[in-house]
Amino acid sequence: MNDIQAAQQEIIDDFALFDDWQDKYAHIIDLGRSLEPLDEIHKTETNKVKGCQSQVWMYSCTEEDRMVYKAESDALIVNGLVAILIRIYSGRQATDIVEASNDFFAQVGLDKHLSMNRTNGLFSMMKEIKQRAATSLA
Amino acid sequence: MDYPIDTIRDDFPILSAKTDSGAPMVYLDNAATSQKPSVVVDAIRTYYEETNANVHRGMHHLAEKATAEFEGAREAIAAFVGAPDARSVIFTRGTTESINLVAQAWGRKFLKAGDEVVLSIMEHHSNIVPWQMLAQASGVRLKYIPMLDDGSLDLEAYRALLQGPVKLVSVTHVSNALGTVNPIAEIISLAHEAGARILIDSAQGIPHGPVDVTALDADFLAFSAHKMCGPTGFGVLYGKEALLEVMDPFLGGGEMIHTVGLESSTWADLPYKFEAGTPNIAGAIVTRTAIAYLQGIGFDAIEKQVHDVTDYAVKALSRVEGLTLHGNPPERGGALAFNMEGLHPHDISQIINEEGIAIRAGHVCCQPLMERLGRPAIARASFYFYNTVEEVDRLVASLDTVKKIFRI
Repeated sequence: MNDIQAAQQEIIDDFALFDDWQDKYAHIIDLGRSLEPLDEIHKTETNKVKGCQSQVWMYSCTEEDRMVYKAESDALIVNGLVAILIRIYSGRQATDIVEASNDFFAQVGLDKHLSMNRTNGLFSMMKEIKQRAATSLA
Repeated sequence: MDYPIDTIRDDFPILSAKTDSGAPMVYLDNAATSQKPSVVVDAIRTYYEETNANVHRGMHHLAEKATAEFEGAREAIAAFVGAPDARSVIFTRGTTESINLVAQAWGRKFLKAGDEVVLSIMEHHSNIVPWQMLAQASGVRLKYIPMLDDGSLDLEAYRALLQGPVKLVSVTHVSNALGTVNPIAEIISLAHEAGARILIDSAQGIPHGPVDVTALDADFLAFSAHKMCGPTGFGVLYGKEALLEVMDPFLGGGEMIHTVGLESSTWADLPYKFEAGTPNIAGAIVTRTAIAYLQGIGFDAIEKQVHDVTDYAVKALSRVEGLTLHGNPPERGGALAFNMEGLHPHDISQIINEEGIAIRAGHVCCQPLMERLGRPAIARASFYFYNTVEEVDRLVASLDTVKKIFRI
């Protein structure tokens, strides 16, 4: 199990503590509320993640051989998803990010609510994270 | 007689649908598209099972039947909008194409650099972008009628704009975001006094009550079938015959020609000049069915139900703490827009979707209006004649769930 898989498992375990969808959402919202806000200078048009219906800005850089992601959304639920994705993917090796599985949200028990094909931007954010990791390897 | 709401709802099987999580659905996204009654769904099937053939071409039984039904639909739609002649009813894919048609086929030919086109700040993107494309190609300037704080158009500012070299005014009949019903009769007569032509975008207007283009003296009027119980991909452009006659075609192809040579062609007569290619035949025929369905219920009854439910929703939502309703126009159609303190509209719509409530959240294709409201997005509930006050109660109750989950 690499760092990414370990972080995914941790999140799956966290969500297992909540029985119903309302509590799961409340947890996502808490994660969003405690996410460190993105520096205003990074909220640029080029950092906007395309395909999200709410606004999501994503900043990334490399530190040694690891990708660092910082992001923020103006919608709270999406910001919670941002927090989850950052916890999983930020500070990881680009090769691991590129190869990481996308389907762990199903195991969180929210697949009916947060599936990749919904317009919550999850898909677009994942794509952006992987793309930037791939670019750093190129 | 009491309004037969139960019978009406039975006409729409989809209204009994449940969401993935098993919640009974409350459909409050009618400004995006209306649901379709069984009679319309059946008519689509009947068309393909009993009539299907290409129109205006074959000389066989089915071709003649299809053509007769297709042209019959044109006659019926012409009568529905009060057009003096069916020749002035052009079939399109919808309001968007209708507006693009005028921008390209009329605008490019008759407008020149320096001429002005007046729009309003509350227009849908489909009544902004086609004019921007024209402006970029021809140097036409765009001017916008501003909005007052109550969500109505600033008619004083409109009068002032008309002092300029305005050749066309293109405004919405009813705002898709705020529900504002604009005083189109007055807007039209002011445009004409200033010597300008006028296009009315009635996508959100005509589903709630018939419009008489002759009485209004509208030059152009556009609408879509799918917002009035008809199919998607079918719409209408009404234009005064004299204007349509002198316009060049919009799209080239089969059906729209009189003769075709190797270097050039001559155009078919109205309305076919603007209907290149095989049209949406079923769309036209079934739209006639949809109109007949609405007329069967009665537009007075439809208008009253939508008004009552919307009015009830305005009052109920006004009592929700931390909720801001946008605008309080003198006359409101079946839509209203709101925001909740500390929440993005997507947060609201995502949570209430779990309880089966379907609303729209976003910029609702009105980014200039969002700018004016000072919000990146709004939540919009929009009603049609099959909605009830009980459904409004469920919307309001679902907002309590939102507050609980977000702890606000």
